[in-house]
Amino acid sequence: MQRILFGDNQFFGVNHVSDEKSRSQSIKFKEDKTILKTIDYAMDAGIETFMCTTHDRMVNIAALMRNSIEKYENLTIYPCLPYAHKYANAVTELGIMGTVKQYVPGNFFGSMLKGGVAYLSKDYISIMELMVDAELKMFKGLSTPVIFLQNVITDLLLGLGMKDIIKAYHQYIIKKYNAEPAYITMNMPKMLMLLNSIGIKNPIICTSINIDGFRMSGGKELYEYTLKNNEVRTIAMQVLSGGSTPPSKALEYVCSLTNVNSILFGASSKENIAETSALINYYDEKYEMHIA
Amino acid sequence: MKKIALIGIGKMGISHLSILGAHPQVEIVGVADTSTLVTDIINKYTSFKCFENYKTMLNEVTPDAVVVSVPTKYHEPIVREMINKGIHVFVEKPFCLGTEKGYQLVELAKNKKVINQVGYHNKFIGTFVEANKIIKGGFIGDIIHFSGDMNGPVVTKPKAENWRSKPEEGGGCLMDYAAHLIDLINYLVDPIKKINGADLISIYSKNVEDAVYSLLETENGVHGSINVNWSDETYRKMSTAITIIGTKGKLIVDSTELKVFFKTIDTPKGYSKGWNIKQINQLSNDVNFYLRGEEYSSQIDYFIDALEGNKPNNINTFKSAWTTDNVIEQIKKFKNN
Repeated sequence: MQRILFGDNQFFGVNHVSDEKSRSQSIKFKEDKTILKTIDYAMDAGIETFMCTTHDRMVNIAALMRNSIEKYENLTIYPCLPYAHKYANAVTELGIMGTVKQYVPGNFFGSMLKGGVAYLSKDYISIMELMVDAELKMFKGLSTPVIFLQNVITDLLLGLGMKDIIKAYHQYIIKKYNAEPAYITMNMPKMLMLLNSIGIKNPIICTSINIDGFRMSGGKELYEYTLKNNEVRTIAMQVLSGGSTPPSKALEYVCSLTNVNSILFGASSKENIAETSALINYYDEKYEMHIA
Repeated sequence: MKKIALIGIGKMGISHLSILGAHPQVEIVGVADTSTLVTDIINKYTSFKCFENYKTMLNEVTPDAVVVSVPTKYHEPIVREMINKGIHVFVEKPFCLGTEKGYQLVELAKNKKVINQVGYHNKFIGTFVEANKIIKGGFIGDIIHFSGDMNGPVVTKPKAENWRSKPEEGGGCLMDYAAHLIDLINYLVDPIKKINGADLISIYSKNVEDAVYSLLETENGVHGSINVNWSDETYRKMSTAITIIGTKGKLIVDSTELKVFFKTIDTPKGYSKGWNIKQINQLSNDVNFYLRGEEYSSQIDYFIDALEGNKPNNINTFKSAWTTDNVIEQIKKFKNN
């Protein structure tokens, strides 16, 4: 994994601390070419990994990348699935059953119903696999060596204790995509415990890590302790915790931590991308990057 | 340790189950849902005991409290049954169809002394809590006017029918969506008493409204308006924003940001004359388990704390949710007249 990963929240109007900003960003990034241009700025700054959700608009962005494959051959994509709002809105409209019907490809659901509940119960894992395939189809032909489960789903499964589903996801990503399964979570210490308990060692976990302790469930100290005392490959996200702390102070904190392998950030302008990357490089030198 | 059972595992039910599943003071004693698909998945992949009928569940297990997340039309009979058994209740919003029956439940819960809470989660969002403190502290003076906006992409095309598209079952933008905004205005300003105008507009739905525009008046005579549209796809997800103008200042609040303007130096601690902006990361409660937003965990934590006698059970009571039901009913009546 590269040290600096470029994120996609700004492109799709996701801003966790300002609804207003999120709307102005969705206006700014109306055109796919504006998104691509911003990714180019990130590549100019030496970033070679783009971490993105399986948002509908990524279908076009990925197609544009395939069309200029020479330009993007060194760009690695880390998909994060699913784009949860699509499903959340669908569940409100169609119910859980209706959503599965709508999004499971082909006639699978219909044919399963005929088999009755006994047959059904064997095949939820297959439904999950079909949904993963449907989400990842857009990235065909691009390099996707790490594939993430989004935090809404990860944390839902974590709270429900659905270990077998997580294990099945993990195995499927390795088997079908020859990629590393990874997890975004807002509950890093709990998730790490669960993964270890089902035999998944040294997992890749992407989680909020910031000087303000924002969205670090269970507390900042617990996160720091967990990082220090466990085998885990961590990607820190929300490192600027929404921009209320000066970037240099925020980034110095993250760079000083043990076992933070990568730092994920998103930015809309060439200047911000360059500035954030330069700050991370500066503090990495200062702290000589603590990876256990 | 509190024993909790859940009735109804839809969108909110599954979220509550996950949050309760991760709660250190909770033992889930049973989960009931009429969908065999849902119960089958829960049986197969979790340690929770599942039932297809909540009545069967209650014959077998004895919860201290239940979380009821079923379609709105079933709230009243199920909640009544629970209170009569002396079981504490957390029920999803809106509270009840029909204010008469709703009020009976308010009284019944009081008489039977059961802890009662309704899932209006906005009151557990840091920005709204802070706005309430500023308003109740008198820092923006007497309220002159309020306006509430709520938008989101729930129904963006003609769609399949389900209970949310049937007015008699609690469907429609007014009951399902605007209820949140009305409840927040009741909380931040004061309870709405009179309807001065109402438009309910269908955009894509056949039988229910997709937008609600209404002029309202509170019991203290404050005027204001609400604009609610759940068919607005320019919003990525539900967005709720309220602007309140007072004699000493103005406040604009949504779930992520609080912007407040003070005319004088008489401000709360940490604020100053003129514009002040605070964001959710400065105002949110820390939670032990996070799923979709701190507020969903915080409201459950609050309910569990109330069960244990550590919190007073005075946020989102049946009584306060009934006040919101009453406004909804009046808006409907105004429109029909």
